[in-house]
Amino acid sequence: MLRIRSISVSYGETEILHQVSLDVHAGEVVSLIGPNGAGKTTMMRAISGVIPVKSGSVHIGEEDLSVTPVSERAKLLAVVPQARKLTPEYTVQQVVMMGRTPYLGWLGNPSPGDADKANWAIDRTRISGLSDRKVAELSGGEQQLVLVARALAQDAPVILLDEPTAHLDLRHQATILDLVHSLARERGLAVLMSLHDLNLVSIFSDRIALLDNGNILAIGQPNEVINQQLLSQVYQVPLDIIPHPHRDIPLVLLNGRDD
Amino acid sequence: MKRPYLLNSILLVFALVLSVAIGAVFIPPASIMRIIISAIPFQLDPEFVSETMSTIVLQLRLPHSILIAMAGAALAASGAGYQGLFQNPLADPYLIGVASGAGLGAVLAMSLNWPSSLFGFLAIPVAAFVGASITVILVYRLARFGNVLSITNLILAGVAVGSFASALTSLIMLRSDGEVRRAIAWLLGGSTLSGWLPVIASLPFIVISLGILIAAGYTLNVLQFGDEQAQQLGLPVERIKILIILTASLATATAVSFTGVIGFIGLIVPHMVRILWGPDYRRLIPLSILAGATTLLIADLLARTLLAPQEIPIGIITALAGAPFFLWILWRHQRGGIKV
Repeated sequence: MLRIRSISVSYGETEILHQVSLDVHAGEVVSLIGPNGAGKTTMMRAISGVIPVKSGSVHIGEEDLSVTPVSERAKLLAVVPQARKLTPEYTVQQVVMMGRTPYLGWLGNPSPGDADKANWAIDRTRISGLSDRKVAELSGGEQQLVLVARALAQDAPVILLDEPTAHLDLRHQATILDLVHSLARERGLAVLMSLHDLNLVSIFSDRIALLDNGNILAIGQPNEVINQQLLSQVYQVPLDIIPHPHRDIPLVLLNGRDD
Repeated sequence: MKRPYLLNSILLVFALVLSVAIGAVFIPPASIMRIIISAIPFQLDPEFVSETMSTIVLQLRLPHSILIAMAGAALAASGAGYQGLFQNPLADPYLIGVASGAGLGAVLAMSLNWPSSLFGFLAIPVAAFVGASITVILVYRLARFGNVLSITNLILAGVAVGSFASALTSLIMLRSDGEVRRAIAWLLGGSTLSGWLPVIASLPFIVISLGILIAAGYTLNVLQFGDEQAQQLGLPVERIKILIILTASLATATAVSFTGVIGFIGLIVPHMVRILWGPDYRRLIPLSILAGATTLLIADLLARTLLAPQEIPIGIITALAGAPFFLWILWRHQRGGIKV
């Protein structure tokens, strides 16, 4: 579904991403991991088209995103930003409705069909009780759900999430990632998300891409990428890998502290 | 206040009637109606109205009031437009220097060729528009570091560029004489040129710029998420920004051309509308247009009557009310912990 072919991205003279390639298939959740500064955010921004790629290409199905107009691109690819980037004075309903922007005309008059899509997204993310509340009054977890609902309303086959669990408590982390995972399955969405918590990554991803210094070092299933040698080298910290007590996935444990 | 459009329309009509009625001679609203009706051509049985009263209403007060209303509408709408564009509630055509840039353009046009025809009058808003556009682009470039546009930088750059434009304007005034000099002096204090010509000359620009700003309400809503999200939601952000900058500057320029540099209307009016009826730009802009016209008519009425027979420049009235208001907003935002 989403095909990234050797994209390179530079800020000024410095090249941040070096010929990175990655595929995300329909119905699949792929997580992008790597240390701070590895280029995860840059890669997400380059895929969504807000920063230009120097070389390489991004395709969704047959569409080459570099030549797709902005409004058409938004019908193919939806982005869930971090919750702190929300405009506080809008209501939940208003924010989710703006997910329909690529389908609306200049004046932004929604058709009943648009309203249906927005309401469906609100129901699916289980935030109907919050519809008329202002975003500013919501908790971080609720705000993140609103942004997921907005992306769903966009009705795009590919969804990018930029650290969707940052600053959330354990319950909201699980809620968001569960939702994302089941949406990928039931609607055949291709999901690419960047995450820092390696155990959440292991539980909720079909495949993992490990990014370091602008290169992809490994791509594969959790058992292939969550690997003691690889991770302790990339993150430069001593760690252990232990099996999940109930499922066939690896978990990451820090070795301990200096005392 | 469930019906904001009705309420604001009634207030506007009320302010307009008061504005025409009150002056050196009081003309009762009933007489005003009779005079206006009798001015409609081809009537079978025109009512008799006094020649003098008729001249005062039709040639002096009505064009003056309409011009003031148009300027108030334009300043409030462009203020709302700039606020949406810069995602900041403190942007105002005066504070960010655009009004002074427009003033410089207008004064240049006047001093080069004092207009005696409609065509000459049309050149003034065009020159003001050029001045306003150059200013806003310059201020925007100066205030922006990377992708961040802080309001502090915006206002500092606005003050610097605006002061420079005002200084040039004063220099031009010193070097000119006669009628031009008088006109410019009036403009700097913020006062109107009289008669119907300025109204006719501004009308097309006002209609175009306000029409586009009203239509841009939804895109301004989406723009409040920031450039990046707006683009990810499918807006061609750069093109839309340029369009809104140009139309807001056109509205400011037209207002400044014939009513002078008037501050704070573009700040106060959208802010009050936002507090009363919410932040949705699809409502905010048309309501600001109605409320802006009303507010400037009232400011003009105060300017003409407070020290009558002496007339206070209208810019002084709006600054006296607006500057404390600006400080109040600043204080509210800092207390609310919102980054200004």
